Amino acid sequence: MNFNDYLLLFCGMGAVTYLPRALPLLYLAHKKMPQWLVDWLGLIPVAILSALLAPLLFCDNATRTLQFGKPEFLVAIPTLAFALKTKSLGGTVLVGMVLYWLAGYVL
Amino acid sequence: MNETPGKSIKPLRQGATAAWPICIGYFPIGLALGVLAQKAGLPWWAVAMMSMLVFAGSAQFICVAMLAAGASTPAIIFTTFVVNLRHTLMSSALALYLTGVRRRFLALFAYGITDESFAVNMTRFRGGSWDRWSALITNHLANAVWILATLTGALLGQFVPPAAFGIDYALIGMFICLLVFQLQGRIYILTGLLAAAISVGWYLLIPGDSYIVGASVSAASLGYLLQRRKRRTG
Repeated sequence: MNFNDYLLLFCGMGAVTYLPRALPLLYLAHKKMPQWLVDWLGLIPVAILSALLAPLLFCDNATRTLQFGKPEFLVAIPTLAFALKTKSLGGTVLVGMVLYWLAGYVL
Repeated sequence: MNETPGKSIKPLRQGATAAWPICIGYFPIGLALGVLAQKAGLPWWAVAMMSMLVFAGSAQFICVAMLAAGASTPAIIFTTFVVNLRHTLMSSALALYLTGVRRRFLALFAYGITDESFAVNMTRFRGGSWDRWSALITNHLANAVWILATLTGALLGQFVPPAAFGIDYALIGMFICLLVFQLQGRIYILTGLLAAAISVGWYLLIPGDSYIVGASVSAASLGYLLQRRKRRTG
Protein backbone atom coordinates (compact mmCIF):
# COMPACT_ATOMS: atom_id res chain seq x y z
CA MET A 1 0.00 0.00 0.00
CA ASN A 2 1.30 3.47 -0.86
CA PHE A 3 0.72 6.82 0.86
CA ASN A 4 -2.58 7.50 -0.93
CA ASP A 5 -3.99 4.05 -0.12
CA TYR A 6 -3.27 4.57 3.56
CA LEU A 7 -4.67 8.11 3.47
CA LEU A 8 -7.91 6.90 1.88
CA LEU A 9 -8.28 4.03 4.37
CA PHE A 10 -7.62 6.16 7.45
CA CYS A 11 -9.81 9.04 6.26
CA GLY A 12 -12.65 6.56 5.79
CA MET A 13 -12.05 5.02 9.21
CA GLY A 14 -11.73 8.50 10.72
CA ALA A 15 -15.07 9.60 9.26
CA VAL A 16 -17.01 6.58 10.55
CA THR A 17 -15.31 7.01 13.95
CA TYR A 18 -15.92 10.74 14.20
CA LEU A 19 -19.54 10.97 13.04
CA PRO A 20 -21.05 8.67 15.73
CA ARG A 21 -19.15 10.70 18.34
CA ALA A 22 -20.15 14.12 16.99
CA LEU A 23 -23.69 13.91 15.61
CA PRO A 24 -25.58 12.97 18.82
CA LEU A 25 -23.73 15.66 20.77
CA LEU A 26 -24.26 18.36 18.12
CA TYR A 27 -27.95 17.48 17.91
CA LEU A 28 -28.87 16.84 21.54
CA ALA A 29 -26.89 19.71 23.09
CA HIS A 30 -29.20 22.18 21.36
CA LYS A 31 -32.47 20.40 22.07
CA LYS A 32 -34.62 20.38 25.14
CA MET A 33 -34.44 16.72 26.08
CA PRO A 34 -37.54 15.02 27.50
CA GLN A 35 -37.23 13.93 31.13
CA TRP A 36 -37.35 10.22 30.32
CA LEU A 37 -34.31 10.61 28.05
CA VAL A 38 -32.41 12.51 30.75
CA ASP A 39 -33.20 9.78 33.29
CA TRP A 40 -32.27 7.02 30.86
CA LEU A 41 -29.00 8.68 29.81
CA GLY A 42 -28.17 9.15 33.50
CA LEU A 43 -28.03 5.35 33.85
CA ILE A 44 -25.89 4.87 30.74
CA PRO A 45 -22.45 5.51 32.33
CA VAL A 46 -22.83 2.90 35.07
CA ALA A 47 -24.22 0.45 32.51
CA ILE A 48 -21.39 1.03 30.03
CA LEU A 49 -18.67 0.72 32.66
CA SER A 50 -20.12 -2.56 33.96
CA ALA A 51 -20.61 -3.88 30.44
CA LEU A 52 -16.98 -3.11 29.56
CA LEU A 53 -15.57 -4.54 32.80
CA ALA A 54 -17.55 -7.73 33.40
CA PRO A 55 -16.23 -9.78 30.45
CA LEU A 56 -12.67 -8.70 31.30
CA LEU A 57 -13.09 -10.07 34.81
CA PHE A 58 -15.19 -13.18 34.25
CA CYS A 59 -14.39 -14.45 30.75
CA ASP A 60 -11.40 -15.85 28.94
CA ASN A 61 -10.99 -13.51 26.00
CA ALA A 62 -9.22 -16.00 23.73
CA THR A 63 -11.82 -18.76 23.93
CA ARG A 64 -14.76 -16.54 24.96
CA THR A 65 -15.81 -18.86 27.75
CA LEU A 66 -16.61 -18.30 31.42
CA GLN A 67 -13.57 -18.39 33.63
CA PHE A 68 -13.79 -17.94 37.37
CA GLY A 69 -10.83 -16.92 39.47
CA LYS A 70 -8.94 -15.04 36.75
CA PRO A 71 -6.09 -12.92 38.18
CA GLU A 72 -7.91 -9.88 36.79
CA PHE A 73 -10.93 -10.78 38.92
CA LEU A 74 -8.98 -11.69 42.08
CA VAL A 75 -7.07 -8.41 41.92
CA ALA A 76 -10.33 -6.54 41.27
CA ILE A 77 -11.69 -7.46 44.74
CA PRO A 78 -9.09 -5.58 46.83
CA THR A 79 -8.93 -2.87 44.16
CA LEU A 80 -12.69 -2.38 44.45
CA ALA A 81 -12.45 -2.27 48.24
CA PHE A 82 -9.72 0.36 48.00
CA ALA A 83 -11.80 2.44 45.56
CA LEU A 84 -14.89 2.23 47.80
CA LYS A 85 -12.89 3.28 50.83
CA THR A 86 -10.69 6.04 49.42
CA LYS A 87 -12.58 7.25 46.30
CA SER A 88 -9.16 8.03 44.88
CA LEU A 89 -8.77 7.41 41.15
CA GLY A 90 -4.99 7.69 41.02
CA GLY A 91 -4.58 5.57 44.15
CA THR A 92 -6.89 2.88 42.81
CA VAL A 93 -5.03 2.67 39.52
CA LEU A 94 -1.69 2.31 41.33
CA VAL A 95 -3.01 -0.26 43.83
CA GLY A 96 -4.53 -2.28 40.99
CA MET A 97 -1.30 -2.21 39.00
CA VAL A 98 0.92 -3.21 41.95
CA LEU A 99 -1.41 -6.04 42.98
CA TYR A 100 -1.66 -7.31 39.42
CA TRP A 101 2.10 -7.20 39.11
CA LEU A 102 2.51 -9.15 42.37
CA ALA A 103 -0.22 -11.58 41.29
CA GLY A 104 1.93 -12.41 38.28
CA TYR A 105 4.51 -13.88 40.68
CA VAL A 106 2.16 -15.51 43.18
CA LEU A 107 -0.55 -17.02 41.00
CA MET B 1 -20.01 28.03 32.49
CA ASN B 2 -17.99 30.89 31.11
CA GLU B 3 -17.76 31.34 27.38
CA THR B 4 -14.10 32.29 27.05
CA PRO B 5 -11.24 29.84 27.45
CA GLY B 6 -9.97 32.07 30.23
CA LYS B 7 -6.47 33.24 30.84
CA SER B 8 -5.97 31.01 33.83
CA ILE B 9 -4.21 27.69 33.56
CA LYS B 10 -6.74 26.03 35.84
CA PRO B 11 -8.47 24.02 33.09
CA LEU B 12 -5.06 22.89 31.89
CA ARG B 13 -4.04 21.68 35.33
CA GLN B 14 -7.39 20.08 36.05
CA GLY B 15 -7.44 18.41 32.66
CA ALA B 16 -3.95 17.02 33.13
CA THR B 17 -4.81 15.72 36.61
CA ALA B 18 -7.83 13.91 35.21
CA ALA B 19 -5.98 12.59 32.18
CA TRP B 20 -2.98 10.92 33.79
CA PRO B 21 -4.62 7.59 34.67
CA ILE B 22 -5.83 7.40 31.06
CA CYS B 23 -2.36 8.20 29.77
CA ILE B 24 -0.70 5.53 31.93
CA GLY B 25 -3.20 3.05 30.62
CA TYR B 26 -2.88 4.13 27.00
CA PHE B 27 0.88 4.02 26.83
CA PRO B 28 1.48 0.24 26.89
CA ILE B 29 -1.56 -0.39 24.68
CA GLY B 30 -0.39 2.18 22.15
CA LEU B 31 3.09 0.72 22.27
CA ALA B 32 1.69 -2.75 21.61
CA LEU B 33 -0.37 -1.44 18.70
CA GLY B 34 2.70 0.22 17.21
CA VAL B 35 4.71 -2.99 17.45
CA LEU B 36 1.94 -5.07 15.87
CA ALA B 37 1.46 -2.55 13.09
CA GLN B 38 5.17 -2.57 12.33
CA LYS B 39 5.15 -6.40 12.26
CA ALA B 40 2.14 -6.27 9.90
CA GLY B 41 4.21 -4.15 7.51
CA LEU B 42 2.85 -0.66 8.14
CA PRO B 43 5.45 2.08 7.84
CA TRP B 44 5.89 4.32 10.91
CA TRP B 45 4.29 7.33 9.22
CA ALA B 46 1.16 5.29 8.47
CA VAL B 47 0.88 4.38 12.15
CA ALA B 48 1.13 8.05 13.13
CA MET B 49 -1.39 9.00 10.45
CA MET B 50 -3.83 6.35 11.66
CA SER B 51 -3.63 7.48 15.30
CA MET B 52 -4.18 11.11 14.27
CA LEU B 53 -7.11 10.47 11.95
CA VAL B 54 -8.82 7.64 13.82
CA PHE B 55 -8.03 7.67 17.59
CA ALA B 56 -9.98 4.53 18.44
CA GLY B 57 -7.87 1.84 20.09
CA SER B 58 -9.90 -1.30 19.47
CA ALA B 59 -10.75 -0.33 15.89
CA GLN B 60 -7.06 0.32 15.20
CA PHE B 61 -6.07 -3.13 16.49
CA ILE B 62 -8.73 -4.69 14.29
CA CYS B 63 -7.55 -2.62 11.32
CA VAL B 64 -3.97 -3.87 11.74
CA ALA B 65 -5.16 -7.47 12.01
CA MET B 66 -7.37 -7.07 8.93
CA LEU B 67 -4.56 -5.44 6.93
CA ALA B 68 -2.26 -8.32 7.87
CA ALA B 69 -4.95 -10.72 6.65
CA GLY B 70 -5.28 -8.83 3.38
CA ALA B 71 -8.77 -7.39 3.92
CA SER B 72 -10.15 -4.73 1.57
CA THR B 73 -10.43 -1.03 2.44
CA PRO B 74 -14.28 -0.99 2.46
CA ALA B 75 -14.37 -4.04 4.74
CA ILE B 76 -12.02 -2.37 7.24
CA ILE B 77 -13.99 0.89 7.18
CA PHE B 78 -17.27 -0.93 7.72
CA THR B 79 -15.86 -2.91 10.65
CA THR B 80 -14.54 0.31 12.19
CA PHE B 81 -18.00 1.82 11.92
CA VAL B 82 -19.65 -1.11 13.71
CA VAL B 83 -17.00 -1.25 16.45
CA ASN B 84 -17.28 2.47 17.17
CA LEU B 85 -21.07 2.75 17.10
CA ARG B 86 -21.10 2.49 20.91
CA HIS B 87 -19.77 6.05 21.04
CA THR B 88 -23.17 7.39 19.89
CA LEU B 89 -24.42 6.42 23.35
CA MET B 90 -21.55 8.15 25.10
CA SER B 91 -21.89 11.24 22.94
CA SER B 92 -25.61 11.40 23.81
CA ALA B 93 -24.95 11.08 27.52
CA LEU B 94 -22.30 13.82 27.42
CA ALA B 95 -24.88 16.16 25.85
CA LEU B 96 -26.53 16.31 29.30
CA TYR B 97 -23.63 18.48 30.48
CA LEU B 98 -22.92 20.42 27.31
CA THR B 99 -26.32 21.94 26.53
CA GLY B 100 -26.20 25.16 24.54
CA VAL B 101 -22.44 25.05 24.02
CA ARG B 102 -21.21 26.39 20.67
CA ARG B 103 -21.11 23.82 17.91
CA ARG B 104 -17.49 24.57 17.09
CA PHE B 105 -16.47 23.52 20.59
CA LEU B 106 -18.62 20.39 20.39
CA ALA B 107 -17.10 19.43 17.04
CA LEU B 108 -13.61 19.67 18.53
CA PHE B 109 -14.61 17.91 21.73
CA ALA B 110 -16.34 15.01 19.96
CA TYR B 111 -13.11 13.94 18.29
CA GLY B 112 -11.68 12.83 21.63
CA ILE B 113 -14.65 10.85 22.97
CA THR B 114 -13.31 7.40 23.85
CA ASP B 115 -14.47 4.83 26.43
CA GLU B 116 -11.89 6.15 28.88
CA SER B 117 -12.29 9.91 28.38
CA PHE B 118 -16.06 9.48 28.46
CA ALA B 119 -15.94 7.70 31.81
CA VAL B 120 -13.57 10.25 33.35
CA ASN B 121 -15.44 13.29 32.04
CA MET B 122 -18.90 12.00 32.99
CA THR B 123 -17.73 11.34 36.53
CA ARG B 124 -16.18 14.79 36.86
CA PHE B 125 -19.14 16.59 35.28
CA ARG B 126 -21.43 14.81 37.68
CA GLY B 127 -19.28 15.80 40.62
CA GLY B 128 -20.02 19.41 39.61
CA SER B 129 -16.59 21.00 39.80
CA TRP B 130 -15.74 20.38 36.16
CA ASP B 131 -15.82 22.67 33.19
CA ARG B 132 -15.82 21.86 29.50
CA TRP B 133 -12.37 23.30 28.88
CA SER B 134 -10.84 20.86 31.35
CA ALA B 135 -12.82 18.10 29.65
CA LEU B 136 -11.46 19.17 26.25
CA ILE B 137 -7.91 19.14 27.60
CA THR B 138 -8.42 15.67 29.06
CA ASN B 139 -9.56 14.40 25.66
CA HIS B 140 -6.71 15.91 23.73
CA LEU B 141 -3.96 15.04 26.20
CA ALA B 142 -5.09 11.43 26.04
CA ASN B 143 -4.99 11.63 22.25
CA ALA B 144 -1.50 13.16 22.25
CA VAL B 145 -0.18 10.37 24.48
CA TRP B 146 -1.89 7.81 22.26
CA ILE B 147 -0.24 9.16 19.09
CA LEU B 148 3.13 9.29 20.84
CA ALA B 149 2.79 5.76 22.21
CA THR B 150 1.76 4.16 18.91
CA LEU B 151 4.54 5.98 17.09
CA THR B 152 7.10 4.89 19.70
CA GLY B 153 5.87 1.32 19.33
CA ALA B 154 6.23 1.46 15.56
CA LEU B 155 9.73 2.93 15.72
CA LEU B 156 11.42 0.96 18.47
CA GLY B 157 8.82 -1.52 19.61
CA GLN B 158 10.97 -4.56 19.15
CA PHE B 159 13.44 -3.30 21.77
CA VAL B 160 10.82 -2.65 24.46
CA PRO B 161 10.35 -5.48 26.98
CA PRO B 162 6.82 -6.81 27.44
CA ALA B 163 4.58 -4.94 29.90
CA ALA B 164 5.96 -4.81 33.43
CA PHE B 165 4.84 -3.37 36.77
CA GLY B 166 1.24 -4.43 36.20
CA ILE B 167 0.75 -1.68 33.65
CA ASP B 168 -1.74 -3.92 31.83
CA TYR B 169 -4.08 -3.39 34.74
CA ALA B 170 -4.13 0.42 34.59
CA LEU B 171 -7.31 0.73 32.55
CA ILE B 172 -9.16 -1.99 34.49
CA GLY B 173 -8.22 -0.26 37.76
CA MET B 174 -9.48 3.03 36.35
CA PHE B 175 -12.78 1.51 35.21
CA ILE B 176 -13.29 -0.05 38.66
CA CYS B 177 -12.85 3.28 40.43
CA LEU B 178 -15.01 5.18 37.94
CA LEU B 179 -17.70 2.57 38.41
CA VAL B 180 -17.55 3.20 42.16
CA PHE B 181 -18.04 6.93 41.53
CA GLN B 182 -21.18 6.15 39.54
CA LEU B 183 -22.82 4.11 42.30
CA GLN B 184 -24.92 6.90 43.77
CA GLY B 185 -27.95 4.91 44.89
CA ARG B 186 -29.68 1.57 44.75
CA ILE B 187 -30.92 1.97 41.18
CA TYR B 188 -27.36 2.58 39.94
CA ILE B 189 -26.05 -0.53 41.72
CA LEU B 190 -28.91 -2.57 40.29
CA THR B 191 -28.32 -1.23 36.76
CA GLY B 192 -24.61 -1.98 37.08
CA LEU B 193 -25.27 -5.57 38.16
CA LEU B 194 -27.77 -6.08 35.36
CA ALA B 195 -25.30 -4.68 32.82
CA ALA B 196 -22.55 -6.99 34.10
CA ALA B 197 -24.75 -10.08 33.87
CA ILE B 198 -26.19 -9.23 30.45
CA SER B 199 -22.76 -8.27 29.15
CA VAL B 200 -21.17 -11.59 30.16
CA GLY B 201 -24.06 -13.57 28.68
CA TRP B 202 -24.00 -11.56 25.45
CA TYR B 203 -20.20 -11.81 25.22
CA LEU B 204 -20.35 -15.60 25.53
CA LEU B 205 -23.18 -16.10 23.05
CA ILE B 206 -22.68 -13.50 20.33
CA PRO B 207 -19.36 -12.96 18.53
CA GLY B 208 -18.06 -9.45 17.95
CA ASP B 209 -18.29 -6.32 20.05
CA SER B 210 -22.06 -5.79 20.17
CA TYR B 211 -22.13 -6.87 23.82
CA ILE B 212 -21.07 -3.40 25.02
CA VAL B 213 -23.93 -1.53 23.38
CA GLY B 214 -26.39 -4.39 23.80
CA ALA B 215 -25.79 -4.79 27.50
CA SER B 216 -25.66 -1.10 28.36
CA VAL B 217 -28.85 -0.23 26.45
CA SER B 218 -30.74 -3.22 27.93
CA ALA B 219 -29.54 -2.58 31.48
CA ALA B 220 -30.18 1.18 31.38
CA SER B 221 -33.67 0.55 29.98
CA LEU B 222 -34.49 -2.06 32.63
CA GLY B 223 -33.08 0.24 35.31
CA TYR B 224 -35.17 3.11 33.99
CA LEU B 225 -38.36 1.03 34.00
CA LEU B 226 -37.71 -0.15 37.56
CA GLN B 227 -37.05 3.41 38.67
CA ARG B 228 -40.27 4.66 37.08
CA ARG B 229 -42.33 1.84 38.57
CA LYS B 230 -40.93 2.52 41.99
CA ARG B 231 -41.71 6.24 41.65
CA ARG B 232 -45.30 5.47 40.67
CA THR B 233 -45.99 2.96 43.41
CA GLY B 234 -43.78 4.44 46.10
